[in-house]
Amino acid sequence: MTQPTELPRWMDVALLPAVNLAIALLVAGGVVMLVGFEPGQVLALLVKGAFGSRSGLSYTLYYATTFVFTGLAVAVAFHGGLFNIGGEGQAMMGGLGAGLVALALGPHLPAWLVLPLVVLGAALAGMVWGAIPGALQAWRGSHTVITTIMFNFIAAALLSYLLVNPLREPGNMSPETALFADSARVPRVHEALAWLGIEWPSSPLNLSVLLAAAAVLCTWLALWKTRGGYALRAVGFAPDAAQYAGIRPRWLILASMAASGALAGLVGVNEIAGVHGRVLFDFVAGAGFAGIAVSLIGRNHPLGIVLAALLFGALYQGGSEISFEVPGFSRDTVFMLQGLIVLFSGAMAQVAAPALLRLWRAAGGGRSTQAKAGP
Amino acid sequence: MATAPAVAMRHIEKRFGAVHANRDVALTVAAGTVHGIVGENGAGKSTLMSILYGFYEADSGQIDIEGKPAFIKGSAQAIALGIGMVHQHFMLVDTLSALDNVMLGAEPGWRLTPARAKVRQQLQALMQSTGLQVRLDALVQDLPVGERQRLEILKALYRGARILILDEPTAVLTPQETEQLFVTLRGLRERGTTILLITHKLKEIMALCDFVTVMRAGQVVLDTAIAETSLDGLAQAMVGRRVNLGREPDGRQGPQPGRLLMSASGLWATDSLGVPRLQDVSLALRAGEIVGIAGVSGNGQSELLDVLSGLLAPDRGELQVGDRRFTPTQWLTPDQARALRVAHVPEDRHRRGLVLPFGAWESAVLGYQDRPRYNIRGWMRQAHMHQDTADMMARYDVRPRNPALRSSKFSGGNQQKLVLAREAAPLPQVLLVGQPTRGVDIGAIEFIHGRLRAMRDAGGAILLVSSELDEILALADRVVVMNAGRVAGELAIEACSEQALGRLMGGAQ
Repeated sequence: MTQPTELPRWMDVALLPAVNLAIALLVAGGVVMLVGFEPGQVLALLVKGAFGSRSGLSYTLYYATTFVFTGLAVAVAFHGGLFNIGGEGQAMMGGLGAGLVALALGPHLPAWLVLPLVVLGAALAGMVWGAIPGALQAWRGSHTVITTIMFNFIAAALLSYLLVNPLREPGNMSPETALFADSARVPRVHEALAWLGIEWPSSPLNLSVLLAAAAVLCTWLALWKTRGGYALRAVGFAPDAAQYAGIRPRWLILASMAASGALAGLVGVNEIAGVHGRVLFDFVAGAGFAGIAVSLIGRNHPLGIVLAALLFGALYQGGSEISFEVPGFSRDTVFMLQGLIVLFSGAMAQVAAPALLRLWRAAGGGRSTQAKAGP
Repeated sequence: MATAPAVAMRHIEKRFGAVHANRDVALTVAAGTVHGIVGENGAGKSTLMSILYGFYEADSGQIDIEGKPAFIKGSAQAIALGIGMVHQHFMLVDTLSALDNVMLGAEPGWRLTPARAKVRQQLQALMQSTGLQVRLDALVQDLPVGERQRLEILKALYRGARILILDEPTAVLTPQETEQLFVTLRGLRERGTTILLITHKLKEIMALCDFVTVMRAGQVVLDTAIAETSLDGLAQAMVGRRVNLGREPDGRQGPQPGRLLMSASGLWATDSLGVPRLQDVSLALRAGEIVGIAGVSGNGQSELLDVLSGLLAPDRGELQVGDRRFTPTQWLTPDQARALRVAHVPEDRHRRGLVLPFGAWESAVLGYQDRPRYNIRGWMRQAHMHQDTADMMARYDVRPRNPALRSSKFSGGNQQKLVLAREAAPLPQVLLVGQPTRGVDIGAIEFIHGRLRAMRDAGGAILLVSSELDEILALADRVVVMNAGRVAGELAIEACSEQALGRLMGGAQ
């Protein structure tokens, strides 16, 4: 039996994650030192690379956009008591859906008509890929952990078949489709700002970032303000209580997996319609799995997911910046830092809690909890 | 005193967050006595015993065991010091034999066959001298509850316990089994074993103990020899005021029994493992009566509640609610039950009655979330939810009166009051209640009983499932006794005595 530790809310929400991040950075700093670099300098470069310039910031936001989608996907399923680790495959299918719509309609329709359909195509394709494991779970009891991970392989196989055979651009040796028509490409932020007369450095950041913001808001509203969200959280927290309340979990499980898949599918809008402009194979690049970490660190809350996605985006962008600036510094060190952050902020998130509590008590906290309820 | 006390705890302090579970607690237990520790839920008695058994570490304070200072940092150390504990929920492996359960973790040597022979020999001697009879080769899952408990005691003694802590040992026993346990415990006391008995049943304290310590709000409020106190004195010390848990004068008006509101006939049900749980159970509920279902836990009462509330479809049988008839293929659903004004206070409020991580305002509409008052085109109407929760909290005296607080942060009694308030709010005709006061403090029990009586007096039909005979005797108008999934008998309240009920509960026809 472990001793229950209950931190005051402000410590739980703000201080503990900060401490966890600091521990991860400290350990990573130790490793960086062992490898023979200056940790202070590396950290400064990382922060500068991610946030120090308008261009760096744009890249950070571009990476974060993808992580927001996959993070939300994990969170929506998690609130229903489901573990969706199929974000990778759902995102691939999203890219495929976006690509098919773009290739079919792009040459014939104007952008204001095509782009919403591209978004819809991405969401629908991802939705189907999430809904099938959802239905298998709801009606057949097949565990989503197993089915979603298997669906990742099916998605990868399907995508590679399609890219090698029917969808490959004639004459192209790489497994990729033809470039989309301009009307089927999501405008880059620097282009959009240029229309408004604002100069902004060129980057892959595109208007999908607004879609991500809308997804954050909608997820929050759906989970905490609607009857469906109420029922879903009841099923996730306490299936017996949900049954007692007359909630039928099957359709909810299906709906949450479908929504989860749709959110992951939106990665296709950012990467395929926003950046590459064609369907290719490796565009998800582990973002689906990173979404699990993002959601975990963000405590499955949309706002936390935004912060965690920014952190991951900053690591991606800052990391590539360091490998440019510091000779001999490989990107793998940044992956290690990422791993440490997942370890300390996700898997071991509560490890520092008892020590913090003790420190706080020693400093005289807690005796006046009633007086200061915390922000 | 000639010999040192078996246990001496001094200045024990323990906090959990804002909760001060033990404040400056002192407990002295003379060797070779039975010492009762009573208190309401949350009074700190379980925390104190957990500190003694090494589950928790005290923030400060000293513990002496048999005169020597002890620093107990884990239950292994507690066992080494001669302390044994029998938990309310037994710590046994169902699929192992009784013998293997005793041996588990205390095997003499690494080869099992000679170890078994050795343990068997020692246990047989132990059983001889203590009178604790257990079939050593039977699987634990096949043993009746009373025998499992004897096995737990035997296990503790085998590990050399000289100080035995029993946590609510009679919660799962029939009156006859309880009597048998008391004979055993008195025998152990004769042999010099010191016994610490945690309970909220004051009668048992009076019947068995030599000394008693009463705790309230984390502090010791009374520490006395049994000869110098009384049942009323203990109850008053425990709650801090006079309480009345007996039968109240009848406040009903109108003809009795009233209109038939719900009737079930020939219910048969099996659980997921194919074990029959209900066998040919028939039952009728009329307006203005409380029907008590008595029985040792696990004799079909829970399944009966599930079937009547629409959570479980029976294999056979029929149910009539008002003028609606239900058969197993088209059984009542929980929504239909609510629409037919059948409300249900479930036995397990943590798993069913509430969603613990939900705010009280969210748990307070559980089951009623589809009503137009609580949502409009799929959007929750949170202002109404908050307002109604605040009303429920005021009417049922739920504390703290904060609708935004998480359901898990309320004490057991307040959680139960919230569930009851929710189920009573739509003025149901039939109220199915499971263990309404399990894990609830005396003050709240008095309050909940009062509300149930008031609902009955207003013409409601109440089905009360409780494993507390005192509760059934205090509330019910007629008592149905269940044993092994069958109705073992039905008694009018005037004909009920603990002995008569106990015989039926034990399976005598």
